[in-house]
Amino acid sequence: MLIPCPHCGQRPHSEFTYGGDATLRRPSDPALAADEEWLDYLYLRDNPRGLHREFWHHTLGCERWIEVRRDTLTHRIEGASATGARRGTRT
Amino acid sequence: MNEQPFRNETGGLIDRARPVRFVFNGRRYWGWDGDTLASALLANGVRIVGRSFKYHRPRGVFGLGAEEPNALVQLGLGGRSEPNSRATQIEIFDGLVAESQNCWPSVRFDLGAATGLFSRLLPAGFYYKTFMWPPRWWMRYERPIRAMAGMGRCADAPDPERYEHRHAHCDVAVVGGGPAGIAAALAAGASGARVCLVDEGARLGGMLLSTGEQMDEGPALDWVAEAETELQALPNLRILTRATVFGYYDDNQLGIVERVADHRAPAPGEPRQRVWHLHARQVVLATGAHERSIAFGDNDLPGVMLASAARGYANRYAVRPGRAAVMFTNNDTAYGAALDLQRSGVAVTALVDLRAEPPTVLASRLAAAGIELIPGSAAVHATGGREVRAVAISRIDEAGVPLGIPREIPCDLLCISGGWNPAVHLHAQARGKPVYDPAIAAFLPGNPVQAERSAGAARGRASLGACIADGAAAGAAAAAAAGFQLKPAPLVTRAAIADDGTGQTPLRAIWRIVPAGGRKRKRFVDLQNDVTDEDIALAVREGYRSVEHVKRYTTLGMGTDQGKTSNTVGFAHIAAALGGDIAAVGTTSFRPPYVPVALGALAGMEGGKHFLPNRRTAMHEWHLGAGALMLQSGPWLRPQCYLRPGESIDEAVRREAIGVRNGVGLVDVSTLGKLELFGPDAVEFLERVYINRWRSLRVDRCRYGVMLREDGIVFDDGTTTRIGNTHFFMTTTTGQAPLVARRLDYCRSVLWPELDLRIVNVTEQWAGMTIAGPDSRRVLARVVEKLDVSSEALPYMGYGTGTIGGISVRVFRISFSGDLAYEIYAPAGFGTAIWERLMQAGAEFGIAPYGIDALNTLRVEKGHVAGGELDGRVTADDLGLGRMIKPDGDFIGRRSLSRPGLRDPARWQLVGLMPEDRNTPVPPGAKLVDGKSDRYLGEITSTAWSPVLRLPIALGLLSGGRSRHGERLYATSPLAGRHVPVIVGSSTFVDPEGKRLHA
Repeated sequence: MLIPCPHCGQRPHSEFTYGGDATLRRPSDPALAADEEWLDYLYLRDNPRGLHREFWHHTLGCERWIEVRRDTLTHRIEGASATGARRGTRT
Repeated sequence: MNEQPFRNETGGLIDRARPVRFVFNGRRYWGWDGDTLASALLANGVRIVGRSFKYHRPRGVFGLGAEEPNALVQLGLGGRSEPNSRATQIEIFDGLVAESQNCWPSVRFDLGAATGLFSRLLPAGFYYKTFMWPPRWWMRYERPIRAMAGMGRCADAPDPERYEHRHAHCDVAVVGGGPAGIAAALAAGASGARVCLVDEGARLGGMLLSTGEQMDEGPALDWVAEAETELQALPNLRILTRATVFGYYDDNQLGIVERVADHRAPAPGEPRQRVWHLHARQVVLATGAHERSIAFGDNDLPGVMLASAARGYANRYAVRPGRAAVMFTNNDTAYGAALDLQRSGVAVTALVDLRAEPPTVLASRLAAAGIELIPGSAAVHATGGREVRAVAISRIDEAGVPLGIPREIPCDLLCISGGWNPAVHLHAQARGKPVYDPAIAAFLPGNPVQAERSAGAARGRASLGACIADGAAAGAAAAAAAGFQLKPAPLVTRAAIADDGTGQTPLRAIWRIVPAGGRKRKRFVDLQNDVTDEDIALAVREGYRSVEHVKRYTTLGMGTDQGKTSNTVGFAHIAAALGGDIAAVGTTSFRPPYVPVALGALAGMEGGKHFLPNRRTAMHEWHLGAGALMLQSGPWLRPQCYLRPGESIDEAVRREAIGVRNGVGLVDVSTLGKLELFGPDAVEFLERVYINRWRSLRVDRCRYGVMLREDGIVFDDGTTTRIGNTHFFMTTTTGQAPLVARRLDYCRSVLWPELDLRIVNVTEQWAGMTIAGPDSRRVLARVVEKLDVSSEALPYMGYGTGTIGGISVRVFRISFSGDLAYEIYAPAGFGTAIWERLMQAGAEFGIAPYGIDALNTLRVEKGHVAGGELDGRVTADDLGLGRMIKPDGDFIGRRSLSRPGLRDPARWQLVGLMPEDRNTPVPPGAKLVDGKSDRYLGEITSTAWSPVLRLPIALGLLSGGRSRHGERLYATSPLAGRHVPVIVGSSTFVDPEGKRLHA
């Protein structure tokens, strides 16, 4: 499986570390989150069949987190994008 | 001397100018370059090559290649020894040593064969039925039974060979270098696509190497040679031979094992085998087909062989696999084999065809060669003691049941052909579902799921012409699918073969010949696992329905060959026993690997120290020069202690620790994780990842911080220093350093991308050392310039920069040991220079380097937590650090702290422990019990010998520990057989007021 790292190009998946569901959102104010909401965020994960957005860390490459769109059924990777805001003079 | 009684003087693809000497079962033999072990043994008249798995029956060579079930040998010696090697695929070389497996004392006389006499006691599933009951007894039976029913032996020494991995990419991968694969490569290669042609054999040609077929222009092998020359001239084409595609993985990735130097000594630096990770945009599977067996009485005797294999030995290796042969077939292909064997000097007396009306064109060819054709008949059983001596032939009825009294025909070679199974393995591994085709009574590739297509015999094409045309079409289609413009490939169009009318008549789908009466004989379906048709029938009678269950219960299709010659025969029998058809039974799952692959090859270079390379600090060489005993600590090599002559480790650790408490010592702390945080939002970021307050931290001040996981459990601790208003320097624990860096970058880029900061991991850039002890300031003051180290200018938890010997250093007044101490960071390249300066300056104070054991002793005495306590189960409050939690504001893990489980007063809390007798060491890892209840209340997390108190001490986690100070418990270690009465107390054994720190 090759992952198109937006910083490094196509690299074998063995260079990456899986980082979980990219659609998950940390509650904006956890103190206000109900127990169920927090439980959901902390522990409960869907196991979707088909296209999935997920984080991967390019551990043996640029050491950055990227967001990958992967089909969990076929392992086909539709694309990947950088994480983090891009403003100012950041590289 | 070089006598090979079954070898012809001429012919074959062997080099008679290059004799090869090898040893089999302790005897020396000769063969020729180009031989396999199987062909060389047959040339020498060696008929028995192994003993069978369960009944220890003598077995001979049965196949020609990867499908071989019988001729498995122990190859090589010592650490190089490899079990279950297929003699049919081992190329011989000078000095090759191989042995038969599963026999004692010898392959010709094997005591284990006595099991055959008790075979009624060894039916399908006999392990489960007989020996596992009563369960206690299985322990006694297991060893001898496993020794009896065995394959090869594992090497008992480390493998000295080198293996490597390689990644490669191509537009079209063609698997199989037979006619279809060559045509596919020609067609795809002409388009300009990057093509990789992979074949498991030593040379291209596939089955053509064995069949010696003709094209209109001449021998097909001439065409192969021409094609190979043309392919090699293409710059966009790579040919891998001796390379088996063993796995088809997701994303069109092929796993290939290339046998680089299995047939010769490796060149310097060359690996024995190389695993390729081939990423292909399109794949053409031209993997050919495997001939199938037929089950009849004693069909496992040495001398019973697949017709295609016998033909291959005759044509490719100029070996006569017997003197007198009888063919037994249900299809056309054995006719060509009969004629070729006859031509090579084997007396083929008869061809028995299950079909009542074989094709006339084939019948007339047999007649012309003087071979008797016996249609509508079957081999009922073979006879002979250790080898085939004759075969019994009977006419059969409509259902395939033998009629009348069989006629015996003497022979020492019985060639069988039950038709062909397309090698759909890789197609199925790529999640394709094979579909049963009754016309050829075999499973064909179904609809592909990945970007692959099958071609030639791999999808049931029978004739050479059809295979070439099919391969060319598949190659062209693959190149087009990969986006390439097709161009003509002249060699493909030149490969014309006149239709000779064979291959048109369907086979007769019978694979099992059961006489109505007579002596009971075993009819083997799976030769490798000794599975008979009766075993399968028994499994079905006992209620097994799924083909996967029957496989596991009977072991049908298991082992190193995975049923390549036996599966269809077995599935047909399951279908018959269930009263259904074979399409409904289906196949078992095809999983990688296609053939066994050495674990060493899969591991590649990632073995030993290459698996987790050692990390060394900048001062590593200095430590070695000072007599340090180096300890593996995760990936790091760190000084455990610096042994002086005559000292034990314990003595050295005590001396070093006492030296720090009373004078001054120096320790290498370069392994700590080091991160620099820059940006206007860096302080806000720290507020969100640490449990404590950071806004209030002034420039040039350090603070101890604790990080939690989102579930409220302590993740890591360390100090962070405000170097500038928007610039922080963070240290993490050694063990968690990579995880903290990864986690913080996740927080920055995923959770809070709106925060304006950068994080840079500078662990490698800075060498770190701590000078500790009451004299440390005096030593530091002697060497440091441009920095006032007085307690007023550089108080506890203060920071400053200076120079030592002209080199800029960062100085942090931080203490892990509990004494006056300074952490000094220098650019890694100057680490040793700074270290040596400090050692020189400290000489008159008796400075000594100390290792991690002394460091651990000091921190345990001070009650500072480390890896033993931070075990992924403790909260900040458990460690007595709850008061650090800031009163307001969110941080990672805060929300979870209100979970009832994290607020339970019975949680394990950090305590200090001393042996009641103030003398007996507390066993590491011991459990804490009170001697009354049968539950343990906590455990020992760290132990040390206190240099200040001069007695053994320990840290532990104890249920409700903070309210149990003064209690007497037992530290019990059943493992060590030790039980020590201990007294619970504070975790801080020295200087609870922190006077030493602020000195």
